[in-house]
Parts: sequence; C-alpha cells; structure tokens
Amino acid sequence: MTTPADNLSTAGAGFKSLSLPSPLRTALNLVVSLLLTFLGLLFVTFIIGRVVPIDPVLAIVGDRAPGHVVERVREELGLNRPLYEQFAIYVWDVLQGDLGTSVLTANPVIEDIKRVFPATLELATVATLFGVLLGVPMGVLAGVYAGRWPDQAIRVIGLLGYSIPVFWLGLMGLLLFYARLDWVPGPGRLDFFYDGLVEPVTGVLLIDSAMAGEWDVFWNAASHIVLPAAILGYFSLAYISRMTRSFMLEQLSQEYITTARVKGVKEWRVIWVHALGNVWVPLVTVIALSYANLLEGSVLTEIVFAWPGLGFYLTQSLLNADMNAVLGATMVVGAVFIGINLLSDLLYKLLDPRAR
Amino acid sequence: MRKLFACVVAAVMATTAVPSQAETPRDTLVMAWTFDDIITLDPAEIFEFSAAEFAGNTYDRLIAYDLEDVSKIYGEAAESWTVSDDGKTFTFKMREGVVFPSGNPMTAEDAAFSLQRAVILDKSPAFILTQFGFTADNVRDKIKAVDDTTLVIETDQAYATTLVLYCLTSTVASIVDKKLVMEHEKDGDLGYNWLKTNYAGVGPFKFGQWRPNELLTLERNDGYWGGAPAMKRVVIRHIAEPATQQLLLEKGDIDIARNLGPDQLASLRDNPDITIDSNVKGTVYYLGLNQKNEILSKPKVRQALKYLVDYKGMEGTVVQDLMTVHQAFLPKGFLGALEATPFTLDVDRAKTLLAEAGYPDGFKITMDTRNTSPIMEMAQAIQATFAQAGIELEIIPGDGGQTLTKYRARNHDIYIGQWGPDYQDPHTNADTFARNPDNSDDAQSKPLAWRNAWDIPEMTKMADAAALERDSAKRAEMYLELQKVHQATSPFVIMFQQIEVAAVRADTKGFIIGPSFDDNLYAKVTKE
Repeated sequence: MTTPADNLSTAGAGFKSLSLPSPLRTALNLVVSLLLTFLGLLFVTFIIGRVVPIDPVLAIVGDRAPGHVVERVREELGLNRPLYEQFAIYVWDVLQGDLGTSVLTANPVIEDIKRVFPATLELATVATLFGVLLGVPMGVLAGVYAGRWPDQAIRVIGLLGYSIPVFWLGLMGLLLFYARLDWVPGPGRLDFFYDGLVEPVTGVLLIDSAMAGEWDVFWNAASHIVLPAAILGYFSLAYISRMTRSFMLEQLSQEYITTARVKGVKEWRVIWVHALGNVWVPLVTVIALSYANLLEGSVLTEIVFAWPGLGFYLTQSLLNADMNAVLGATMVVGAVFIGINLLSDLLYKLLDPRAR
Repeated sequence: MRKLFACVVAAVMATTAVPSQAETPRDTLVMAWTFDDIITLDPAEIFEFSAAEFAGNTYDRLIAYDLEDVSKIYGEAAESWTVSDDGKTFTFKMREGVVFPSGNPMTAEDAAFSLQRAVILDKSPAFILTQFGFTADNVRDKIKAVDDTTLVIETDQAYATTLVLYCLTSTVASIVDKKLVMEHEKDGDLGYNWLKTNYAGVGPFKFGQWRPNELLTLERNDGYWGGAPAMKRVVIRHIAEPATQQLLLEKGDIDIARNLGPDQLASLRDNPDITIDSNVKGTVYYLGLNQKNEILSKPKVRQALKYLVDYKGMEGTVVQDLMTVHQAFLPKGFLGALEATPFTLDVDRAKTLLAEAGYPDGFKITMDTRNTSPIMEMAQAIQATFAQAGIELEIIPGDGGQTLTKYRARNHDIYIGQWGPDYQDPHTNADTFARNPDNSDDAQSKPLAWRNAWDIPEMTKMADAAALERDSAKRAEMYLELQKVHQATSPFVIMFQQIEVAAVRADTKGFIIGPSFDDNLYAKVTKE
C-alpha cells in the first residue's frame, strides 16, 4: 500500500506550491488532486484485482454450482464485459455514492465499512496514543543518554518491538494477562452480554458508550482494548522512540543548545522544552505515518484478538476477489492517508514558526 | 514461521494449566467458531458449511433422518408420506398446528412455495432439486399443494426412493414462511434480496443477528412444535485463531471451541473441565491426478501413487483426531460404502509399478495445495513419501480461491482437496467422483471426474443406473461394485474421511455433532 502515500506527496506538493493562493484556488487545486489520486488508486487496485488468478464468481456460487449458474453470476457481476467498461461502470456508481455490495457479507460495502472501520480507528488511535506517550519520552532519554545504559535498554526494547511477530506477542499477551493474571478480559471488543446495549452512532465504542452515559459498557470496552492496543502500540513505540532519539541527537548538537546551557538554563528545560520543541516538527510526520499505517488495519492483531476491523475485512475480500469490498476499503485507506497527511501539514504550520 | 510460533504457544499453554474463573450465563450457549464462509442466510442459496449448520438449527424441512442411523427417515414438517407404485409421485401429509415465529400457520402451500422458489431462483444448490426434472417453467405443476395439508411432488423418472427423500432433507429444501417472504418481495425476486440477511423459517431456534466475521446469534423458538430448547440464546463468535479459541475455552468464556488443531486437542485431553466430542463426517480427502498430464494418465503411475501415501503414519500424526483412513468415494455411513483399505505405504511395489510404466527413476510433478492446516502438513508428508520412489513433488501453495480456480480450469498436475457430500444419498458422491457425461473443455457439468479429465463413459452409465435402482439391497451392491472399480483404477487417491471435533466444557451437555455439516445441533444442549 505505498500508492496512497506516493500519490499523496504529489497531492500535497500541488497544494503547497501555489505562491499566492486564494482560498478558492487552494480548494480547487486540492479537490482536483484528490480526485486524481483517488482515480489512480482505484485504477491500480481495480487492475490488480482483475489480474489475480482468483475467480470472483467462486466466492458467490461456491465450488459445486452447475455451469449455467456460474455463467449467469458472471454476467450479473458484469465480468463478461471488457475491463475498461467494468472500471467505468464502477467509477460511475462510486460518483453516485454507490460502492456496490460485498459478495462475502451480502451487505452494501458502505455498511460493512461503517462497521469495521470504527473498530480499526479505535484500536489504532489508542495504540498510537500509547506509542507516542511512551515512545517520545523514551526517545528523548535515549538521545540524552546516548551510548549509556538507558539508551542501550531502550534500544533493546525497540529492537524487540521491531522483531517479535505481533501474532506471537498477541497470543503471549493473552496467555499472560488474560488467562493467567486475569488483568484483562478476553478477545473481542466487548463481553458479549454488553453487546447491543449501545446504539452505534460513531461506531467507536468508547465514544458511543460515553455519549450514551453507559459507563459499564465504556469500562468494558476500555478493558478490552488495552491489550491489543498496547501490543499494536508497541510497534509504533519502537519506531517513534528510534526516530525521536535521532532527532534529539541532531538537536542536542546544535549551537543554540550550547548557548542555552551557557546562559544557565536548567538542563531539563534545555532538553524537554528547547530541544524537544524543535523535534516535534519532524516527529509529527513520523507519528502521522505510523498512525496511518495502523489505520490500514493490522490483520494479525485482529485475528488473534477477534477484533472485527478493516484489516481482516480487506484481506478476506482480497483473497476471495470480492472487488467491490476491496475497492471500497482501499478508498477508505486512501482517504485516511490523505486526511492524515493534510492534518500533519496543518500541524506542521502550527508547530514550526517558519511555516506560518 | 507463524506455524512455528503457534507450536511454541501451544506448548507453553500445554505445560501450564489456565485457572478458570469466568462462566457463561446458564441459559446461553457461547461458542467460538470460524464462520467467515457465510455469504447468505437464504436456504435456497446456502451451500457453505457454516450457513448450512445455521439453517439446520433454524429451518425445518419436510423430513429428516435419524442421526444415529441415517437409514431411518422420519417426518419433520410433514407427518407422513406415501410413494406411488410407479415411484414418481410423492404425497406428503403436513403436520398440523405448526406456526412460524411470525405467527403465520404453516401449510402445504409454504412447503410447495419453498421448493418452487429454490428451483426458480436456481442458485448453486438448486441442482439437488432440479435433478428430478423440475424447471422454472414446470415446477408449479410438479410440486404443488392440493390442500392445506397435502403436498404432491412428481418426479420425471422413477428414481431410487431414498435418493429423492434424502434430497428433501437437505438445506435447499428448508421450508420458508411464504407470506413473510412475499411481503419482502422486490421486482419479482421472491424475497431473495431480503432473505439473504434475514430469516423466515420455523425450527428449534430462530435467527437473532449476524455480523459477518464477528457474531451470529440464535434465539429460542418458544413455540416450537417439537418442544423449545433449554438454551434461550446461542451466541457464536467468530474467532479465527485456534489458539485464541483454546484460551477462551480454558478460561470458561466460551462453552464450545470448534476449530482446534491436533496440538491444541492434545493439550486439552487431560483437562478435567473439558470434554472432546467427535463424530465421523462425510467429507473425504483425496488427491486428484489430472489425466491431461501424460505421466499421470498412465494407469500404473496412478496405481503407484496410491502406494506412496503413508495413510497410517499420517493418521497418527498430522491429521490425528481429525481424520480416519478411508479409501473409497462413498464415506462410511452411506448406503453401500466400501470400507476396504487395500492401499498402504509400499515403496517397493510403487517402484516396480513406476518402472513398468517407464519411470524407474521417478519424475517431477507439481501439487496445488491450499496454504491452510492440515492440508499443508498433509502435502509435506506426501512429498516425503513420494520422494522415496524418486518422485520429486513440488508443492505450489496458494489461497483457497486461487488453487480452486486453477483446479476448476484443469490446469493442475495434482490437487490435494476434500469433498463433502451434498446430501445423504450415495448418488451425491458417485455423481462427482464416478460420472463424467462430457469430458470436453466446455462441458456443462464439471464434476470432479471432469476436473481431472477422466473420461469414463462406462462408469457414468453404471452410476446412472444405480441412481434409478429402487431396490435398496441391489442398489447397495451396485455402489460397492462401482467403488471397487473406482478404487483400483481411478485418478483419485482417496485417503481419509473427516472426523469433526469440538472441545466442550464439561458442564455443557448435549451438543450433537451429526454425520453431515448441517446436522450439528444445539437444540438438546443443557448446562449443569
């Protein structure tokens, strides 16, 4: 999934390159580049989906349907038309807000996405919070104590985060914290008797239950999310702390730091205000990228924790050549990348006085 | 890699018992199961294992068979039935006083409509009915309600009576609530688009909700004519990871785990809180040898390969608890099933046969293999024994859809797969393993014999004759004969029959694993 990011930088560049943007021209430029990005994204996904050696009809009719049923379904799906026609029809439907129906779930794709994406959003957000709240301080410490034991310890923690398969870590986490210690509840988003108590509004359980004032449900959802989010967050922690460390090292060797120290500014202030203040600017991009990655859905985490998210949905759809679902989910992922990139652009301007 | 880690996890879990504290509500059955194959809830379209099980618990059919002795057929929605002397007219007397959960009374018209609807919609499983000569044009005359309690079905030929009856026990013959379905009809779709995700039947349970890949719930049908089940609710959670299922079960957060592998079952055996239930299923596991491949088309090569599978060895290792050795196309439990297992691993004999076929040093060949457990492990075991006779087997791993697409296009050398019967009559497997009416590339019907390009006009005639034989004893003889020839000559290395296993908490009793995938039943479940 590098396409959205690649397309994105082009879109972002177009957006920024206007020297004296009137709000209208900026908006127009943005819309055009967004449309092109989406169209390109859809086109590539569509072609990939059509050239994979999996017959999409199989997912619907199964292995044993008689020949005439297979042919009829092929026609119903429009698979007998030329590729460009199929693509044109799809794009036309999308423009009218119709993402089609998933053959695997028998639901409109938009309904499916409304169900699975909030689950992923919730997990990715909590995981990223975890990654940032721990990863940034760890990175700062590693930078300050570069080469000494805190740095080494943090390096080991980060290395483990990179190299242990999430699948294994997840199961071990469940074994320890759920099965043995009983600190957290089991897999899934809720204990099943809390299921259905809160009407989905945003689909994010923590928000929906809080808005409804159902605090039992809220705490149950929170206790369910802790472990998968921590495990997923461990990966962003590893990444974020490494990046923070190198940014910090770069800042700490700058002359303004020496100047501050010479002027007698307290050391904690030099580190946590002066140096870190400048680190935030590149760090925002790092965090945004890591967040966007998690929002694509993490299939293995979702499988181990029975978390009904976007990653599992997308993978299932892809393996069954359920193209409406694949394309719909891809658009969501694309939109997320673009949205987060715009957001980090915005934050960039807020954080970096030179960009104002 | 993933497999390795799974083994480590299983090993760690085996060495340390999980303390169990949690408990599921006493009136609710909670089960972990992978049901990502459900794509529809409409019985006229259901053709997947999980959805068939759903329908088996929520939809009555006219008749059903005894799970202990499948040769005994009894009335479900029908109270009794008669067959005319010429064997072509079946008359069913409906059970009176049956009411759908919607409040509509069930009549013969509902039964007639359900069967007509399945034929007219003509979805994947419709052939189970249309093989008796029903078409969208004639079905309203051939299947009709003559009054509220009498249903008449007329077939085009005199088939074996049990063949017709067994087909009427299958999911596609489930009875739907005509009035309710037609209230949701749109553009003449006979309620198809609605019923795909809804429910209109009568059974011990009724449908609660379905969230794909997440949750499926059933609710007790308090007014069920056969008596309401003890469980008020059945909650089925989609848990794709077997190790997660095991943890949930040990912890007591679920009552039944449905998808455990050999490693996990082994580690649960000594746990006093868990019982392991199992039953032999109809699914057989086989290798399909494509006859378009010149090497595999040699009878002696086919024969040799049958001696190059370590049936017993695999039964004790990679498929332990999950399969039992079986070498004929009719599974044990079916009328006329051949239980002889003449083939064992015999490398010397295989080498002699290969030499006679002109391959004294073996050959290279590929096998398309689904990358799931235990198919992959089976393939590796077969690879090792093939190698002993100099055959270099290259395993081509792929996802289910991918390998199947290739297999259906006859582009494989060897395919390792499984086949489960569509209904309880021997014709279902004879139809696919031993019939190939047209071996051309654009044939209308593409049974397994076709997929392996095995041209068998004689055997096709034998199979057809067996489907029409009305004397049961004689018919059983015919199938035995057919299987003997098939076992000796066919390009199918039939290896195993499936055993379905469920790990159940000791306080949960009465979960039934039936012979077919649609008769795993929850109605008798109680909790102490």
